[in-house]
Amino acid sequence: MLMLTAGIERIGRTTLFLIGEMGRMLLFLLSTFAWLLRPPLRPFQILKQLHFIGFKSTFVVVLTAAFTGMVLGLQGYYTLRKYGSEAALGAAVALSIIRELGPVLASLMVTARAGSAMTAEIGIMRITEQIDALDTMAISPLQYLISPKIVAALIGVPLLVAIFDVVGIYGGYVVGVDLLGGNSGAYWNSLESAVEWKDVYGGIWKSISFGLIVSWICCYKGYYTRMSAEGLGAATTEAVVLASVLILIWDYFLTSVLL
Amino acid sequence: MSGKMSLAREVCSCSVTHHPSPITHHWFVAVIRLVGVEKNFGNQQVLRGVNLTIPPGKLTTVIGPSGEGKSVLLKHMIGLLQPDRGEVWVDGVEITRLRGKALNEVRKRFAMLFQGAALFDSLTVFENVAFPLREKLRLPEPDVARRVEEKLEQVGLSGMGHKYPAELSGGMKKRAGLARALVMEPEIILFDEPTTGLDPLMAKTIHDLILAMHRKFGFTAVMVSHEIPEIFSISDWVAMLKDGKIVAMAPPTEFQRSADQAVREFIAVGIEV
Repeated sequence: MLMLTAGIERIGRTTLFLIGEMGRMLLFLLSTFAWLLRPPLRPFQILKQLHFIGFKSTFVVVLTAAFTGMVLGLQGYYTLRKYGSEAALGAAVALSIIRELGPVLASLMVTARAGSAMTAEIGIMRITEQIDALDTMAISPLQYLISPKIVAALIGVPLLVAIFDVVGIYGGYVVGVDLLGGNSGAYWNSLESAVEWKDVYGGIWKSISFGLIVSWICCYKGYYTRMSAEGLGAATTEAVVLASVLILIWDYFLTSVLL
Repeated sequence: MSGKMSLAREVCSCSVTHHPSPITHHWFVAVIRLVGVEKNFGNQQVLRGVNLTIPPGKLTTVIGPSGEGKSVLLKHMIGLLQPDRGEVWVDGVEITRLRGKALNEVRKRFAMLFQGAALFDSLTVFENVAFPLREKLRLPEPDVARRVEEKLEQVGLSGMGHKYPAELSGGMKKRAGLARALVMEPEIILFDEPTTGLDPLMAKTIHDLILAMHRKFGFTAVMVSHEIPEIFSISDWVAMLKDGKIVAMAPPTEFQRSADQAVREFIAVGIEV
């Protein structure tokens, strides 16, 4: 009986903690947006973050895109050849990348490269009292530190996804057409006839929402890190895992709405 | 107990009213007043009803054993922490319920030198000191440069503006932090263990610098420190935090003659060390 009570108590405590945590996360996001609307606007800070989140992630995104497109070209070519449909390779590669793989993989790469760095940076600023120092100067850390990161992710992630899409489609072309001897005209023609603007818009909406998820979760975890090296390590891991899982879950829901 | 210490206690106990005392010509007018402040972290009760009155224009040092909540006390004064119970008054304004713009208005009167200096590690020393001027005053760059160079010179860091915090020694970081605290010419400066981790010589340099700046600019200073007996020579008032409460407050000479057992023990051990 005692064990049962203890178990129920534990479940209750965990549930309450999770509800509280979700509430804190939502308040954190709303407060950040509220600060975003107040002057001073910080274009230089936003550009700096755009350079960090966007430009500096370009290499890893291009690399991922190229190999994703290439492997899709390879797998797609041999699978479609069985049914005599190699001509549809362009459509298969492009739709897979534009609808799903581009937004998801580019966002996961941004989470791994820039998201983890965001958590670590903000966490260290918390531990070394740099965030408190901002507060004492009557400067809102949410406005100065967090808002530019969120804005930069909202702009940067869709741009990276666009780059991913283009590079991925060319990756599929290189393997499917240049290496395996598929028809170049058929590749582009099938792509053009299969891809609609709503696929592109869908990818953009996904990438914007993923950019928000990455920056929100990673900033939140850093901002409320426990005050130790171990705590910061845990916060960084939690941020990457939670952001990645949320991207995948949210992708499913968005896809089911957009389809 | 001496007359002044009794009076200090009297003022502390008087301040347990829930109304701010008007600014009068009393010699001990409070600029910061903590009334029955209690603070818990989880199950740990850190502050257990602190009553403390900080006189304006004076350097008040809060001493006490490690882990007693001295830094926590300091952070309540500037609204970085909110008490679970009690009130914090800054010149007649109760700040515990203030948020956002209203709290920032109060904070504009403050500066704080943190234990680790809390310099922004992505900025140079110059940019760190210039930061509040650029962010809050939006001064033209020549004026920013002039004021920053002036403050760096005052703390003995002339020509070091281009360095990053990671390239500085502990003492230099504290001095850079002090320059950043002074650059906005605040009315109140809070010092959180400004000499922790420094060798005795550097600790003395920092203390001398704080004293010199305090005499020059006349700001109200609240310092948390363990440095006994050094703090007696620079402080106007000394308060002791023990078991989550202020157990004594007096000018240094009176404080050292205190009959309070906890005070005597703390001073004796501090002097031996």
